[in-house]
Amino acid sequence: MEILETLAAIGKSIIPVLRGTEITVALTFSLLAIGLMMGLPLALGQVYGNKIISTIIVVYERTFRSIPALVLLFLFYFGPATFGIYISPFLAAILALGFRSSAYQSQIFRGAIQSIGQGQMMAARSLGMSKLKAIIYIILPLVLRRSIPSWSNEYSSVLKDTALAFAIGVIDLNRWGWRIAIRTQDPIIVFLVIGVIYFFLTLAGTRFLRWLEKELKIPGFQSRDTIG
Amino acid sequence: MEPIEKNVLLRVRHLSKSYNKEPVLKDISFKVKKGETKVIIGPSGTGKSTLLRCLNRLTRPDSGQIWLDGVEVTSSKTNINKIRQSIGMVFQDFNLFAHLTVLDNVRIGPTRVKKIPKREATELALDMLSRVGLVDKAGAYPAELSGGQQQRASIARTLAMRPKLMLFDEPTSALDPELIGEVLIVMKNLVKSGMTMVVVSHEMGFARSVCDEIIFVEKGVIVEQGPPDELFLRPKHRRTKEFLSKITELYGKSEG
Ligand SMILES: Nc1ncnc2c1ncn2[C@@H]1O[C@H](COP(=O)(O)OP(=O)(O)OP(=O)(O)O)[C@@H](O)[C@H]1O
Ligand SMILES: [Mg+2]
Repeated sequence: MEILETLAAIGKSIIPVLRGTEITVALTFSLLAIGLMMGLPLALGQVYGNKIISTIIVVYERTFRSIPALVLLFLFYFGPATFGIYISPFLAAILALGFRSSAYQSQIFRGAIQSIGQGQMMAARSLGMSKLKAIIYIILPLVLRRSIPSWSNEYSSVLKDTALAFAIGVIDLNRWGWRIAIRTQDPIIVFLVIGVIYFFLTLAGTRFLRWLEKELKIPGFQSRDTIG
Repeated sequence: MEPIEKNVLLRVRHLSKSYNKEPVLKDISFKVKKGETKVIIGPSGTGKSTLLRCLNRLTRPDSGQIWLDGVEVTSSKTNINKIRQSIGMVFQDFNLFAHLTVLDNVRIGPTRVKKIPKREATELALDMLSRVGLVDKAGAYPAELSGGQQQRASIARTLAMRPKLMLFDEPTSALDPELIGEVLIVMKNLVKSGMTMVVVSHEMGFARSVCDEIIFVEKGVIVEQGPPDELFLRPKHRRTKEFLSKITELYGKSEG
């Protein structure tokens, strides 16, 4: 009986739950986009940059990978306020988790760049391509393809990290679950439903990336299917 | 200034290069005339690849000068990307761009580097592919080709840049024996067409039948250079004789 009541309560809250899901998805996509746009240049700088550049990048990357996500959220939310700058919890979460993801993503891309081998770069340069052209036309197409499997892991991991953002007041899926749980006094059922939604979000994203990986597969190249 | 000498396309003077204080090339000098083919031989680790890579400055020499057709390659004022367009390089392991079809591999230099319109570049690329007998593989990806086909495609890729000089770094040594011939035939046709080539190779059949001069390099110095018959029949140095008989034994005389 109680279960049905709880489900009914969630049903009545369907709009807020969808809204929360939307926030979670928006947060995930935004932070992944920031992570991608920063992570890629960071990786390129680490591999192709000079000593100073690569050292700075290593420090950045180590820093963001060593601080817990929750601590970063607090720092990004309360930090600007001490300088009199107010940013919304949502923006603070995007920045905190986005910078953090850029550190992880830079490692994904760095590994992919280093797995490519000198030969492709040498061949490109020998044709008279500048380093930048060689990176754009030759290195990146290979790097991005090779990064998809690890990037898929990153997606599912940051999706779940966004649940922490409720600690600074972002009204995401998790936060809505909390509200309904308090109202219905039945946290188990509520969070099971919330968990199922996260599960399907994860599944949809990783399925999509798996499809993308297959779609972009270079003919004749080894893939997970043929190695297995 | 460049010493004036007619018909000399490539001139290398007093070239030296060290890696971690370990000298790899020591005072290398030679010249290549237009239309000549020179074959560089020597034991493993003596700096043959390093020498080739210095010629298009993929590696920067520590000292010495290189001139290509009146332009000093080694000068820091020279636009190296421009110079490299006229120096084709063929690698031991082909290094075709893995994500591009054969046609795109051949086309990318003309379109992206020389900014030739795509239609013109396609015609040029197909022309080069027909020279190496690969038109029917234009749509294939490198991983779908045999090693011999990949190497021929990579030769077409450099030809599409219309180079003045072509460098080959052991172009057949990663190939199964039965695939070596098809690449050597393409290279011989290039020699016949008047291409200027510097080839690191131990295919002595190729060297004896088409090259103008063999350069024997050991431990970073040119031990001896001269026409193939001279080196084979009347080597001046004991080391040359020993090395030539060793590689003839290893690679056989008949191929090429
Ligand atoms: N990038 C580099 N950094 C440090 N040492 C290098 C580098 N490239 C080459 N060397 C060293 O320089 C020496 C000459 O190498 P190189 O590849 O030019 O020889 P090689 O004659 O082409 O040999 P092989 O016949 O095996 O191809 C070797 O001892 C090698 O270890
Ligand atoms: Mg070599």
